[in-house]
Parts: sequence; structure tokens; C-alpha cells
Amino acid sequence: MTQEKEVLVDPIFNNNPITLQVLGICSALAVTISMTQTLVMCLAVIFVTTASSLVISLVRNRLPTNIRIIVQMTIIASLVIVVDQTLQAVAYDISKSLSVFVGLIITNCIVLGRAEAYAMQNGPWLSALDGFGNAIGYSLILIGVALVREPLGAGTLMGYEIFTPVSNGGWYHTNGMLLLSPSAFFIIGLFIWAIRSWKKDQIEAPEYEIAANVQYREVM
Amino acid sequence: MASIDKDSLTNTFLVAIVVCLVCSVAVSGIAVALKPQQLLNKELDQKQNILRAAGMLDEGAVVTPDGRSVEELFSEFSVHVVDLDTGQFIADRDPSLFDPIKSAKDPAQSTKLSNDEDIATLRRRENASIVYIKRVEGKLDKLVIPVRGYGLWGTLFGYLALDSDLQTISGLGFYQHKETPGLGGEVDNPKWKRLWPGVTLFDASGSADVRLVKRRSSSGSAAAAREVDALSGATFTTRGVQNLVNFWTGELGFGPLIHRLKAGNG
Repeated sequence: MTQEKEVLVDPIFNNNPITLQVLGICSALAVTISMTQTLVMCLAVIFVTTASSLVISLVRNRLPTNIRIIVQMTIIASLVIVVDQTLQAVAYDISKSLSVFVGLIITNCIVLGRAEAYAMQNGPWLSALDGFGNAIGYSLILIGVALVREPLGAGTLMGYEIFTPVSNGGWYHTNGMLLLSPSAFFIIGLFIWAIRSWKKDQIEAPEYEIAANVQYREVM
Repeated sequence: MASIDKDSLTNTFLVAIVVCLVCSVAVSGIAVALKPQQLLNKELDQKQNILRAAGMLDEGAVVTPDGRSVEELFSEFSVHVVDLDTGQFIADRDPSLFDPIKSAKDPAQSTKLSNDEDIATLRRRENASIVYIKRVEGKLDKLVIPVRGYGLWGTLFGYLALDSDLQTISGLGFYQHKETPGLGGEVDNPKWKRLWPGVTLFDASGSADVRLVKRRSSSGSAAAAREVDALSGATFTTRGVQNLVNFWTGELGFGPLIHRLKAGNG
């Protein structure tokens, strides 16, 4: 039981795929402009990661070492196509803007990372939990970023106006920078800072130290 | 399980074949099963875009305030394939099987535009396109034409609706574009779109001359009637929109059809 709980909860803060492993950043930049898109993307990633970890763990004892990555990619790609096709059928409006990024879940490092690092060594139940936990960790960060970007960038949340922007006769001057990708880097950076000041063991040892500046003595 | 040598050649081939088979069956099964629903969605989306451009459906709404559905509203329109050079309807072509944007890429079904002609940066223009006409008691009430042209980052696709006099714009809406959110992306802003209805399309000589301007001409003048406020911070998008409206209502676009309908033999 404790192991199951650990596998599920650990990736949320202690070993978050975005803030600690810094994986899956590409989609975190792309879809967080709007909360609706973000939520759908998160559901898609949760489904794909959980299902792919489960399936790969089920077949792990038969997988030939030579072709394991190709087989993993094939399974992940099939799941992504299933998600994409389903979205086009049930949520057409969202799929129009999200289709490109859903397709890119295939290359999301988190999915293949969990398959290769965890599902290949562990049983199906634990692997599915691990995939689910990691996708939840990813989703929480994405939702957090979208929660900052959409209101400040466009004055809306889930498409509903919360600050009426000037362009629509209101008072809020929208911050266009938050609609562009770099802003997500800043926000994720701030999240990493916040989490590392809370959980100090995540702080990495510096790779080198800057030497003291001694040149001013020569001037004097 | 343990007795199988998973790295043997036989097992490698076996696993590869089984994985390919299972995955392809799953993927194609889903794709085929969902295809009808996807096509329906696409068709409904196109109808919504046309109705929104014509001002008959509010932004984001799927029914009118008095409860009429997209299908019901759209049934008032008749769809025609039209020869762009002559402005005549091509009666023997089924509009539902015809894709003008695809045919613009086919040299046999399109015309190359010279640099001077090609103000909307299309390179090739299809020879035939589709129009949507709403008639009330036999008289033309609305004409909706598909428009497209290059903005800053890519082609904008949309619909332009004209009023019964075929002189006044009744609405313009884009359903696909890649303009910068917050700047050129403001082509989707409902407030900006509300500036379009009532704008005059043609000048005194009869050529399409809509202008997107920073400063409007003095109100009441003939020039002011053909002007719309430009989008601030989006020079290229604005220029693109101006060019695509003038191109598609001009002689190389739907101009011949508009003249013919105006003359009253539509």
C-alpha cells in the first residue's frame, strides 16, 4: 500500500516531471494560453500516460530488447491517435485548436520516460499508477500556468470574461506577453523557485562556483 | 513465460508483427467508427461560420435567441457552384462534393495570378467556387462568399456576407488564421467585427475599394463609407484583410457574379 501511495503521490511535488525533471515543457508552453485547452490537454496526457504504462508493463516480459523503444512508440502513437480522433468527434471546436499539440503527445518525454524507466521494470498495476501520478503532476503545473496566463493575457478564464479588457470596452489592459510562449518559461521558473524554497532537497548543487573577482586590486 | 527467450529472432519478429497488427486494427477501427460524426462536426462548423458572417448567429452561440437551430437557419440558403470568370452558376456540379481550396492547387482547375493581380497572395485562383445565397420571396437577401488571403503568418480563411443591394457588407468572419494572439488575432474580436456591417464595398466607378485606415475620412463623405478602423499593432494583418476583401469582391474574384446578380438576372 505504501509503495502504491508513493508511486502515485511522489510525482506531484517531490518528483514532478516538469519542475524537477524539466520534461514536457514544449506542450506546457503551447497549450496554456487558455484554460479549456489546458484541461483537455491534461485529460489527454493522463489517458495516454496511464494507458501506455499499463500496456507496456503487460507486455514487458515479451518485449525484445532491440526493438523495445519502437514498440513503446507504436503503442503510445496508437493511443494518441485514438485520443485525437475521439476529440475530433466529440469536441470539434477544441480539437481544431488543440489537434496539433495532441499529436505531439507522442513526443512528450514524460510518456516515453515513464514507459522506459518504470513500466519496463514493474507490474501493470504499479505502472498504471505511476503513469497516472506523473500525468497528474504534469497537469497540476499546466493548470497553474494557465491560471496565470489566461486571465492576465486575455482577461478571461475558461472563455468567460473576468476582467473586461479595454478592447471590449472595459478597464483591463491585457498583457500581450502572457499570450506568447516565453511567458510560460517565466511562470514555470517561478513555480520551480517556489517548490525548491519549500522542498530544499530539490536544490541541485551548483556545477561550478564563480571565482571571486580580484581584478579590482590591480586597478588600485 | 520465463522459458521464452525474448531476444530470439523468432520472438522479435513475432512481437513486431503482433504489435503492428493490434495497433493498426485499433487505430483504423476508431477512425472508421468516428468518421461519420467527424464529418458532421465539420459540416456543422462550416455552416456556423457562414451564418456568423451573415450576422444570423451570435458568436459562440449554436442557436438563435428565438431558438432556431443552425440546420434550420442554413436551410434558407441555396448553395451554388459558380464559374468565377463568367459569374454564371454551374448547375451540373454538386457543391457538396466540390472543394474550391483544393481545386486552387490543381493547375487544370485554377489560374495562375500575376504579381500585380495577386494582391491577396494566393498564387493560384480556382476557376470555380461556391457561393451561398439567401432569398426572401424570390428576391436576393444575402450573398455569402468564401474569402481568403495572406496576413502576417499565414493565410486567413473566412466568409464575407453582402446585403441585398450587393453593395453593402453585412459581415466578415474568419474561421481559420495564424495571426499573433492579441494583435493580428484581434480579427476575431467581436467588437471589431461589428464595425463591418454597413460598410460600402464599391466606389463610384464600381471597383471594390474597402480601406482599413488609421484615421477615418470626415464623416458623411463617400470615402468614409468605405472605411473600417485598422487593428492597432497589426499592420500586416490589416493590409491582408483589406486586400483579401478587395480581391474576392473584385473582377478576379466574385465581381462578375456580383454584377450579374445586381443586374437582376440571378
